[in-house]
Amino acid sequence: MATTSEPAVATSRQPSSAPLLSIRSVAKHFGKNIVLRDISLEIAEGEFLTILGESGSGKTTLLRILAGFEQSTSGEVWMSGERLDTEPPYRRRVNTVFQSYALFPHMTVEQNVGYGLAIARRPAAEIQSRVAEALEKVKMSAYAKSKPSKISGGQQQRIALARALVNRPRLLLLDEPLSALDANLRRQMQVELKALQREVGITFIFVTHDQEEAMVMSDRIALLRSGELEQVASPREIYNRPATSYTAQFIGHTNLLRADVSHGTAKSGALQWPTSLPDGATLFSLRPECIRPATAVPTSNATVRFRAKLRDQAFHGATDLLRVESDGGLILTIRTASRDLPNSQAPLEFEFDAADAIPVRATSLGSNPDFEDRP
Amino acid sequence: MFSRAYRTAITVPPLAWVAVFLLVPYLLMFCYSFWSVSESQAIVHFWNLDNYHELLTKPVYWETLLRSMWIAARVMFFSMLLGYPLAYFLSFHAGGRKDLYYQLVIIPLWVSYLVRAYAWKTILGTDGVLNTLLQYVHLTKHPLDFLLYSPFAVVLTLTHIYTPFTFLPIYASLEHIPRNLVEASHDLGATPAQTFWRVIFPLSIPGVLAGATFAFVLSLGDFLAPLLLGGPSGIMISNIVVSLFGAAYNWPLGAAISLCMLALVLGLIFFSERLEKKWSFS
Repeated sequence: MATTSEPAVATSRQPSSAPLLSIRSVAKHFGKNIVLRDISLEIAEGEFLTILGESGSGKTTLLRILAGFEQSTSGEVWMSGERLDTEPPYRRRVNTVFQSYALFPHMTVEQNVGYGLAIARRPAAEIQSRVAEALEKVKMSAYAKSKPSKISGGQQQRIALARALVNRPRLLLLDEPLSALDANLRRQMQVELKALQREVGITFIFVTHDQEEAMVMSDRIALLRSGELEQVASPREIYNRPATSYTAQFIGHTNLLRADVSHGTAKSGALQWPTSLPDGATLFSLRPECIRPATAVPTSNATVRFRAKLRDQAFHGATDLLRVESDGGLILTIRTASRDLPNSQAPLEFEFDAADAIPVRATSLGSNPDFEDRP
Repeated sequence: MFSRAYRTAITVPPLAWVAVFLLVPYLLMFCYSFWSVSESQAIVHFWNLDNYHELLTKPVYWETLLRSMWIAARVMFFSMLLGYPLAYFLSFHAGGRKDLYYQLVIIPLWVSYLVRAYAWKTILGTDGVLNTLLQYVHLTKHPLDFLLYSPFAVVLTLTHIYTPFTFLPIYASLEHIPRNLVEASHDLGATPAQTFWRVIFPLSIPGVLAGATFAFVLSLGDFLAPLLLGGPSGIMISNIVVSLFGAAYNWPLGAAISLCMLALVLGLIFFSERLEKKWSFS
């Protein structure tokens, strides 16, 4: 939205000093069922934050608490220095794009988009121009007089977005808005939505179960597991430096190596590599693309070499996914540039850099909470 | 896909049923309405418009028809007034008790209509429950006699009987409203009252129209409530039809009145369905 009559909003992607939204120790119980426990999170002005999690992780409940459709059992939510969670939804400067769009079927596209402004008793001329502007922004001007039932799902999605943005909220909540679209349209909308968010500078909290979507769009990802925050970090950091085994497995693919560390050396089966970790059992995450066929000369002394037999090769276009069994019987997944490998039983030589083996805390994959293994 | 014999076997019985029990009787009524009765109380098969002429010129007929419509309109209004809030409460605020309350609304429909009408007679009569109570608490010295045998009694009884019929379609249309529309409305800044008038009520209009039509049409043709509780001032058009087909033995005039009512009711239903279509958005 061109913000001519509004104060300029931060369009920078850098978080400003004071957070826009502050979630403090929020918990939600439905009877004996604990859906969220002790969620604390700060969101900066202009940020695109994705709440990522499997179904049942509590991500939608968290969003509904922010919108005001659910009351948290304990904890507080603050927005720009004011308590938010005690206000009813209609008094929050927060708007929502619903998963199923929730367009009013008895109103035209135009009336849907102008609903918030009409409720706020804006002058008719202002409503008209802002609605026209919003429809133009989502490229739906031609459908202003249509009823929602007469337009496609992708178009309804754009209208739902325009209906929320036209009110210039401080915060926009998006509840899996792209999940009903087909794959191509979905990728296109991911790019458009991200571009739109940069343009309007409104803080977006985006809920999804799709880790790829989260990585493409977000400034930061908050990964939820069984109602608890597993890790909050930028997409690059969360992928490259996963803090837990759950994060490493949920975001992308990984090889989890159970290793014993003693005197600066980690040992897992036939593999061993230098580490600065203290002695003891440790879990390491090693991304498949960090392992490569061995080159003639080791690139550094921190390069770990091992021999393994090829068990399986799957063609994925630009890359191949290999499953190999190392001498010690360890099964590893390797992603390499696509090429033909000799179809023989002779062991091949592979290598990886010791620095790519990332120590992770052990947390279980799946929605079954397993709290004993957490420090 | 299905054999000709099979298709014939499943379509003929219902068609025959409709023909024998609906079309033929209506056709007979249609014919009767143009015939007349002789001095010797015999039906004369002589085609004329005398019955319709009598309907329009004798005030007793159209006045009773107007009074019946007035009673039906009041029943429609009051059963709406009761049925809508009831349906709204059940649909939006009853929580886990929804099914229980729904059954409680439906159960009276299993009780014979006659029993329910008689029950009001016991309540409203001069020695009835209500008058006894009023005298017992010394609100009145003498029993109130306007309670029974009056249009009031008829409206009250019919409202009691037909409120579930208005409740049902309204409840169904409220249940059909996706709850995220209500959330979206709140999200866009509308208070609960604004949300009701701008979102919930407009989307429940098909149910309101269906419920209103039920209450009006069913009350308009009612003859038991006025017979039991109406007294001379609470006579409705169906009571006249009943007497014309019975004691008065003027089937042709009775048939003419019935056809007029049929036309009126069909017109109403047609009109209401047109409106319902206009207001449904699925």
